Amino acid sequence: MKSYILKRILLGLLVLSGVIVITFFLARIMPSNPAAQWVGPRATQEQIDKATIELGLDKPLHVQFGKYITSLFKGDLGVSLRSKQPIIKELKAYLPPTIELVILSTFMAVIIGVPLGLNSANKKDQVLDHFCRFFSVGSVSLPIFWVALFLQLIFFRWLGALPIGGQLDTKIRLLYEIPHHTGFMLIDSLLDGNLIIFKDAFRHMILPAVTIALYPIGLVARMTRSALLEILSEDYIKAARSYGLKERLVLWKYALKNSLGTTITVLALSIGYTLVNTFLVEAIFSWPGIGSYIATAVMSLDYPAIMGVTLFSACSYILLNLIADIIIALDPRVRV
Amino acid sequence: MNQSQFLKTLKPKFKEFKVSLYLLKRNRLTKIAYYGVILLMLIAIIVPILLPSSKHVNQDTHPEDKLLEPSLQHPFGTDELGRDILKRVLIGTKISLKTALIAVGTALLIGVPLGAIAGFFGGIIDEIIMRFTDIFLGFPPLLLAIAIASFLGPSLKNAMLAIAVSWWPWYARIIRGQAVTIKERQFVKAAKAIGAPSSKIIFKHIIPNCVAPLIVQASMDIGSVILTIASLSFLGLGAQAPAPEWGLMVSTSRNYFLNAWWYSIFPGLAIFFTVLAFNLLGDGLREILDPKTRKN
Repeated sequence: MKSYILKRILLGLLVLSGVIVITFFLARIMPSNPAAQWVGPRATQEQIDKATIELGLDKPLHVQFGKYITSLFKGDLGVSLRSKQPIIKELKAYLPPTIELVILSTFMAVIIGVPLGLNSANKKDQVLDHFCRFFSVGSVSLPIFWVALFLQLIFFRWLGALPIGGQLDTKIRLLYEIPHHTGFMLIDSLLDGNLIIFKDAFRHMILPAVTIALYPIGLVARMTRSALLEILSEDYIKAARSYGLKERLVLWKYALKNSLGTTITVLALSIGYTLVNTFLVEAIFSWPGIGSYIATAVMSLDYPAIMGVTLFSACSYILLNLIADIIIALDPRVRV
Repeated sequence: MNQSQFLKTLKPKFKEFKVSLYLLKRNRLTKIAYYGVILLMLIAIIVPILLPSSKHVNQDTHPEDKLLEPSLQHPFGTDELGRDILKRVLIGTKISLKTALIAVGTALLIGVPLGAIAGFFGGIIDEIIMRFTDIFLGFPPLLLAIAIASFLGPSLKNAMLAIAVSWWPWYARIIRGQAVTIKERQFVKAAKAIGAPSSKIIFKHIIPNCVAPLIVQASMDIGSVILTIASLSFLGLGAQAPAPEWGLMVSTSRNYFLNAWWYSIFPGLAIFFTVLAFNLLGDGLREILDPKTRKN
């Protein structure tokens, strides 16, 4: 097992370095001239030439790559062409709101998706099962950017129940001091004991979190269902049932435990999906996270910013998959 | 081989196809999806012919009729330039289906030969190609497409390319898995024994025998590819205005939708139903082709 984990880590490192190489060379196929962007639209040729040297773009490609790698090791992702700020600093500022959303929707995916899949497998081909199957196919077929607009229409325009976007109400921003400890608005407001900010932050989070959670809920429900369908037909479940154990105990303890491997893999996968889905949704809700950040970067061709977000997301995805694989490898049944 | 002989070899395949079709239509949901997909294809083919103004769908503006509510004359309402949304949604069908097919086709063109080569030769070649696919799969879905499309510059063509580049590893993996078992079969060994060149064995014996799982995977992917194209267009990385592309229409509607709900609702529903139809059909296909779940 140790050798498997070691091999898996090595593969992760290989994939990571491949991802870095691909990202670097992808950014170099860009047709527009980054130096011209750096100095702005009204710059003279002289200024552009100067910027080209300043940004190191006059050097041969392998030298540029070497410089990129060494600065990566120092934790330097370059400087944004748009704001002239270090990317890493901007990422740090934009990350917490996104992580907050991702955690909340993953949480929803687990507490809704797992019971849905479980009950659907247990009552195969009954009404709930049909609903679950339709829901899981439907939720992966929905264009989530459209769901976001739709929910805004219903809950903001028609019902007036929830705010249309942003993290906090402007009134609250003016009336109270906004806490800054961890960057996570919910946690910060609790730390300060300010329940009014907490409530408002939570209200602002509902729509984006629900929008993003739809996809992973469907995914988790579907995978849990198919894993449990196999498990429920196994002998030990029949034995447990024939002993007269409570149905709840059989399902939630004996059956679910065995499907944990699948669920963990799916969760790693769905966090990856969720992260990228925030790219489509955050801008709609004016949510100040990396999704909004990359959306603006894409529009303004801010290539260091795009590279930075790409690398960050790919790294977290690789790491998540690695963790999932290691957890599964620790399972005594697959130990070799 | 003359023509009648050729037809004869096709006959069992045709029969098998009919059996599959029968099994496919037994599930009610799959049956609906099946007809839905056929309907979509018909729309994609016929609408551009039927609607004489389809070529001018972008110029067909009536500023005096802008943002009209759905009515008999405009069942889906009109957009900010007074263009009929129903017409644009119908014409958009062709764009979505065509781009999805081309993107999946390109991904197959890259992935299939690479996967077959990896599986057939094994050893170091296999190792190199498969680690390469691992690297591409190291990017979260959609992210690589976003990165490529934004670096190449926004256009529908680049979006298709971006999707193909981020999708091929899946096909390479499937084909490789198949090729590894097929290369041990008698007919491949026989071909090797009579000295057939490797390229011929790969393209004449290995790839044709991997078609079934590929069709399933590709048909399941069409739905997600359509969704990805719409998402890229929504981000401004795919189709460019004034193309009647669904994702782009939803994106433009953002400025108006609070007072004109129909503008974003209908193009979005078009995406949803199209993707749903393809996904349900793909699900049904997988169920009947997978011997584990196939009943009788």
